[in-house]
Amino acid sequence: MYAYIVRRVVYAFFILIGVNLITFALFFKVNTPDDIARMQLGVKYVTPEAIAKWKAERGYDKPLLYNAAASGGQKFTDTIYFEKSVEMFRFNFGLSDDGRDIAYEIRTRMWPSLALALPVFLVGLALQITFALMMAFFRATYVDFWGVVLCVVMMSVSGLFYIIGGQYLISKLWNLVPISGYASGFDALKFLLLPIAVGVIGGVGSGARWYRTIFLEEAGKDYVRTARAKGLSETAVFFRHVLRNAMIPILTGAVVVIPLLFMGSLVSESFFGIPGLGSYTIEAIQSQDFAVVRSMVFIGSLLYIVGLLLTDISYTLVDPRVRFE
Amino acid sequence: MPILPVVLWTDALVYLLLAVVAGFAWYVRGQEHLRAPWRRVAQAPAAMSALVVLALFVLVGLLDSVHFRPALPAAAGAQSREPAYAVEVESVLDVLLSSLAKRPERTYSAPLATHAYAKETIELPGKDGAPARQVRDYPRLKYGGAQLHDPQREWKADVLLTTFRGAALALPLWLLASLALVAACNPAERVASRAFWHALWRGETELPWRAVLITLVLVLLLALPAALLSAHYHVLGTDKVGLDVLYQSLKSVRTALVIGTLTTLVMLPFSILLGIMAGYLRGPVDDLIQYFYTTLNSIPAVLLIAAAVLVLQVQIETHPDMFPTSAQRADFRLLWLCIILGVTSWTGLCRLLRGEALKLRELDYVQAAQAFGVSQWRIMLRHILPNVMHIVLISVVMDFSGLVLAEAVLSYVGVGVDPSMISFGTMINAARLEMGREPMVWWSLASAFCFMLALVLSANLFADAVRDAFDPQVRVGARKLRLRRIEA
Repeated sequence: MYAYIVRRVVYAFFILIGVNLITFALFFKVNTPDDIARMQLGVKYVTPEAIAKWKAERGYDKPLLYNAAASGGQKFTDTIYFEKSVEMFRFNFGLSDDGRDIAYEIRTRMWPSLALALPVFLVGLALQITFALMMAFFRATYVDFWGVVLCVVMMSVSGLFYIIGGQYLISKLWNLVPISGYASGFDALKFLLLPIAVGVIGGVGSGARWYRTIFLEEAGKDYVRTARAKGLSETAVFFRHVLRNAMIPILTGAVVVIPLLFMGSLVSESFFGIPGLGSYTIEAIQSQDFAVVRSMVFIGSLLYIVGLLLTDISYTLVDPRVRFE
Repeated sequence: MPILPVVLWTDALVYLLLAVVAGFAWYVRGQEHLRAPWRRVAQAPAAMSALVVLALFVLVGLLDSVHFRPALPAAAGAQSREPAYAVEVESVLDVLLSSLAKRPERTYSAPLATHAYAKETIELPGKDGAPARQVRDYPRLKYGGAQLHDPQREWKADVLLTTFRGAALALPLWLLASLALVAACNPAERVASRAFWHALWRGETELPWRAVLITLVLVLLLALPAALLSAHYHVLGTDKVGLDVLYQSLKSVRTALVIGTLTTLVMLPFSILLGIMAGYLRGPVDDLIQYFYTTLNSIPAVLLIAAAVLVLQVQIETHPDMFPTSAQRADFRLLWLCIILGVTSWTGLCRLLRGEALKLRELDYVQAAQAFGVSQWRIMLRHILPNVMHIVLISVVMDFSGLVLAEAVLSYVGVGVDPSMISFGTMINAARLEMGREPMVWWSLASAFCFMLALVLSANLFADAVRDAFDPQVRVGARKLRLRRIEA
């Protein structure tokens, strides 16, 4: 089992290098620093001197991959690739294009993101499973039918409308919680309630419908028939056998997103004015701050790969067959 | 009037898609084993109702995909024989809706309003030589309800009467359309029999005619009154620059359809080729392809799209000479968005195909083909590909609605379609900023909501039916379920 995990870790590291190369190509090869500088400084009326100065201030004035002018190991380290991309593996993200420390921003901003994303994930998962279980328990009845209809309608509504509707109804019409904003400590609760509720409701449709199919698939298996044949009540069959076994694919499937919770949600954070990583990213995209976007791509991929690893590990924990392979 | 046809990039791909669908339909017609699952789709009432709605959306989208540049009226004294063409690219839909598009108000107005939404200072001509007075009041709209002399008294009656006229027109039209539709799809003797119409009334026909016809009458009852009303009013109001919201909603349909369909079309060859190769050839090819898609997959989709669109923006701004008209620039950006959305979403299909090809390559008929010395490419093309096509089809229709929804979010983030292109995302984005106004400007949001819900919901319902009909696993599950219900 440890050999398996070590193998997966090594594989994950190679994937991270691949991501690093892709982002490097996208940000520096397709789009040279000259282009970025020209755009940042305004497309027309840019002098070559201004571009050179902009690049020098941000360390973009070096060769991309190989610095022939430098000596020794510096031939490879004194380059854009090394300074901007390899350094990311040491979590050294440098400065954003407006001169702030990206690593510091990330460290302070990931907690509000987590405060929003973690409850949405946990409550949402619980609600989806409950709803799916109800539909599967009353399968092939009107409860099931209308439940599925509700799910399909709910997943057909754009997430933006849940946010806009929630803000309008709860905050503007009923004045229950502030429309947007954030505070530190326990004061944050009143700002977080609405985004959490909206996030949970927005995800119920597709989640519950997906889990319902998993429950139904599990309920159609032979051991369930055996359990019924033994004379167990339908409730016992469902809650003792089907629920437990169906939780394996559900939970192992959910593990992959746990690390990504740190990244927060782009749309919801910017709508509700929560100073998390999601709104940081969106601001960077809108102000075309390539340094920040590059760092967020790296972190996002890293967290996803960690999620994949956790998935692999959780499989080995719940399914002994993987362990012996 | 002479026109200059313009084929935008996405137009060309839409035509190609149309040709592919037509060719596929033609091919399916002759193959009983392919017809059978489609027949099951056709027997699902929800799917067929959804299809009616989808067909209307597709019609709107296709009309909006035929572009041209109208000729400008020759300037007086101009000597050149070459006609000059407008810079603006128009579509057939624009021409059909010219009464909507070409009647801009100054700014916001509520649905069916006769007066503007906000008070303004109006200059009243003085009576009997008295000096002009200035009053703060709601000004009359330039076009909305302009035919009414005294809107306060006449408005209600006029709107009701027009709605009623529309509904009255809808019913005979519906009867004609239903008769034509039913007669076209059924043999004459069946249509002539009473039993058939009885069955139709009770909803017991083999094809769910009742559901289709009910959907049709509902759509007509909505569309015709709206069409009649829009001759004199802005049925769904106007937006900030006074553009009709109904027009915007209809124009958004094409953008949504293009993103929903072309995205998968663009990447389909890659995911099919790579997926089958990985599953069938296995070994180092498999490792390489798996590594490739896992790497692409680990970059968060929104960020990859954002990065790619930022890159594109830089390219567009540094090479302005590549795009002569703004429509072409917007269209290029739309195409690029489709491609990059495809890059982020093709991996799911690729993985599914790899898994299926892994299973298929162990089956007897593939082993037999190998033993006969059939070449590997030929086996993949003739024996593997046809047997994974159902997966491709399911994933194409299932992806559609998600992509339409994704467009709205991406436009909000600022990496969606060109801001000058009308889409649901840009509509929502513009309307969102007006949430704080008092009274609230709700109509743009409500229209985008309704149109999107109609499109995505019908797409979801149709996709579900397609999946149920084509996916053998689901079918077995459904049969088990049905058996159990009978036993119970």
